[in-house]
Amino acid sequence: MSHPTNSPGAETHDYIAGFYIGDRPKVVTSRFEYEDSHTLERFLATDGYEGLKKCLAMSPQEMHDEVRNSTVLGRGGAGFPAGVKWGFTPEGVWPRYLVVNGDESEPGTYKDRLLMERDPHQLIEGCLIACYAAGLSQCFLYVRGEMAVAQERIATALNDAYAAGYIGKNILGTDFSVDIVLHWGAGAYVVGEETALIESLEGERGMPRLKPPFFPAAVGLYGKPTIVNNVETLANLPFVAIHGSAAYTAIGTPTSPGTRMVAVSGHVKRPGVYEIINGSTTFRDIIYGDEFSQGIRDGNDIKAFVPGGGSAPWFVEDQLDIPFEGKEASAAGSMLGSGAIMVMDSTTDIPAAAYTLTKFYAHESCGKCTPCREGGTWLMRMLERVIAGHGTDADLDQMREVGQTICPGDMPHASSERLGLEAVPFPYKMTTICFVGPSAWAPLHSALTLFPEEFEARVTKVPKRISIPVTALSGADA
Amino acid sequence: MSRLSDHNVVIAKEIIGQYPKQKSALVPLVHLSQEQNGYVTEDAMRHIAELVNVTPAEVLGTASFYEMFKFEPVGKYVINVCTTLSCALLGAGELLHHAEEKLGVKAGGTTADGLITLEPAECQAACTEAPCLQVNYRHKYRVTHDDFDQMIDDLRSGKLDAEIPPHGTLGLQRQHIPHDKGVGAVHPDDVTSGPVWIPVVVAPDNEGASK
Repeated sequence: MSHPTNSPGAETHDYIAGFYIGDRPKVVTSRFEYEDSHTLERFLATDGYEGLKKCLAMSPQEMHDEVRNSTVLGRGGAGFPAGVKWGFTPEGVWPRYLVVNGDESEPGTYKDRLLMERDPHQLIEGCLIACYAAGLSQCFLYVRGEMAVAQERIATALNDAYAAGYIGKNILGTDFSVDIVLHWGAGAYVVGEETALIESLEGERGMPRLKPPFFPAAVGLYGKPTIVNNVETLANLPFVAIHGSAAYTAIGTPTSPGTRMVAVSGHVKRPGVYEIINGSTTFRDIIYGDEFSQGIRDGNDIKAFVPGGGSAPWFVEDQLDIPFEGKEASAAGSMLGSGAIMVMDSTTDIPAAAYTLTKFYAHESCGKCTPCREGGTWLMRMLERVIAGHGTDADLDQMREVGQTICPGDMPHASSERLGLEAVPFPYKMTTICFVGPSAWAPLHSALTLFPEEFEARVTKVPKRISIPVTALSGADA
Repeated sequence: MSRLSDHNVVIAKEIIGQYPKQKSALVPLVHLSQEQNGYVTEDAMRHIAELVNVTPAEVLGTASFYEMFKFEPVGKYVINVCTTLSCALLGAGELLHHAEEKLGVKAGGTTADGLITLEPAECQAACTEAPCLQVNYRHKYRVTHDDFDQMIDDLRSGKLDAEIPPHGTLGLQRQHIPHDKGVGAVHPDDVTSGPVWIPVVVAPDNEGASK
């Protein structure tokens, strides 16, 4: 798959450990074809730090406007426009910080690690642009602890960029000065939640903060205004700085401009990470298209798929023609989350598949909110019992009851022609501070709603409540 | 014995100096101690408490939240087999069973020779390369049972020494900010004005509000 070239470092590939290069616009993966894409040499030879130079030639306000006009949506899960988020910092309160969320650990998600390992300088350049535009005086790159190679690549990139004058005091001879500090995470999914990330960065247990205040942009690290951006979001910025917001919005759709990194995993012929055109590419394109995952393995039928990471309610065949666009996905009962599609074919044991996710969230609950701490584990245990064949139909009712305590009211789910079900749109209500609690229930709720027969077949039917008389009631009819 | 070595104290002080508040260095320092000793010892936690000016209980309080920190000795190699959905769909359960049989330990245990600890793990961000595992947080992709056996043999024979450092070593490269290049961290309370590249008066968006 590699093309012969003159110099060994310049070897190019169209497939590297999970990533397939396609003949589509590239915003964040333009260097991925090079074997040495992570080096400063390759970066500089391919427009590297040109975005920073253009940015420094503008005023901070102009750069901020450029990002605002590009409508780069946050890629961590919530999909909030980055330029708007930056604007939430209160005027006149200093210092302001940038915290980069590189704690990628949502089940199914594999893109930030690729961006950090394959093109660390692009991320660094994005950080610098954000710091310049929003007046952020120090940046912390919080990278998930379990990503040793990403840590090494970023450390090397930072050292090289400092030595070359791209980071630190008086960057490129201007009065723009900022430090970027690589911070090691230590293994906790919940730290991906931005206030938990900040707690962790302050040396505390990584538990989400009580809201309000809702936005760290107002009260964040050390109580100061803090912008928390996802790795992929920041990786988009050099493109915006070099080519302008008009070139960015020319790709994708008005509500979802640019591209998105999407990981397709599970029962597909060609699992991989793809940079897709945002907003217009449908799930059918991504799962069945020749340039993407090429259909279901062994010619099987698709049974269900997770559209946006482990936390997202599931879709079935009925939703294949929905485009990868936030509002459309919400209306259909789910979310795009972190750009992770997990595909299950007709051979999948649905309760067992749901179990792997419920187990994940039960395990990752930080323990702060009772509905999540107790509910997640309770759901997991009941599901374990049902899968082992020891469950009763009362267990299924109990699961729904526990689910209601985490997410009261209507729970979003997809429509199903097979079952005659209408979709309930996203989002859900929640009794927990963060999304870990609802995420323990969402996949199981989808499985129970879209494939009830697979649960019914596993359980023994018994009367819901059995009351055993302790003594004979006096005067009772015999 | 298991306090931080003099060499590591120098590194620790450099790490502390990168943060506006000392306590932010706590997690990186616990990593550093684990790199030195293979696991987090009580003496190391006491030492870290002195370095960042908190109580030893606070160090334990924070450190015990995070899964990567081990408070008992573990093998030189910690193997984490991912068991979340994408990997489970492609045989992670079978791989974990195979690993247990090959190593002769249950998941969570360490081999009798103390070389390898086997753990079930959650999503490792390599979902398209399922089933995957990590050895000391370095990925192995699309692992077949034969691949696993070969890997264990290679770990035992030392063939992978260059690629996979002992447990605790997070990165073979460390960030170092040179004194003459870095801006330096400032305590947030000591910052009273905006950064120099930001104009003091930001032009308001609508004209009516400007003077």
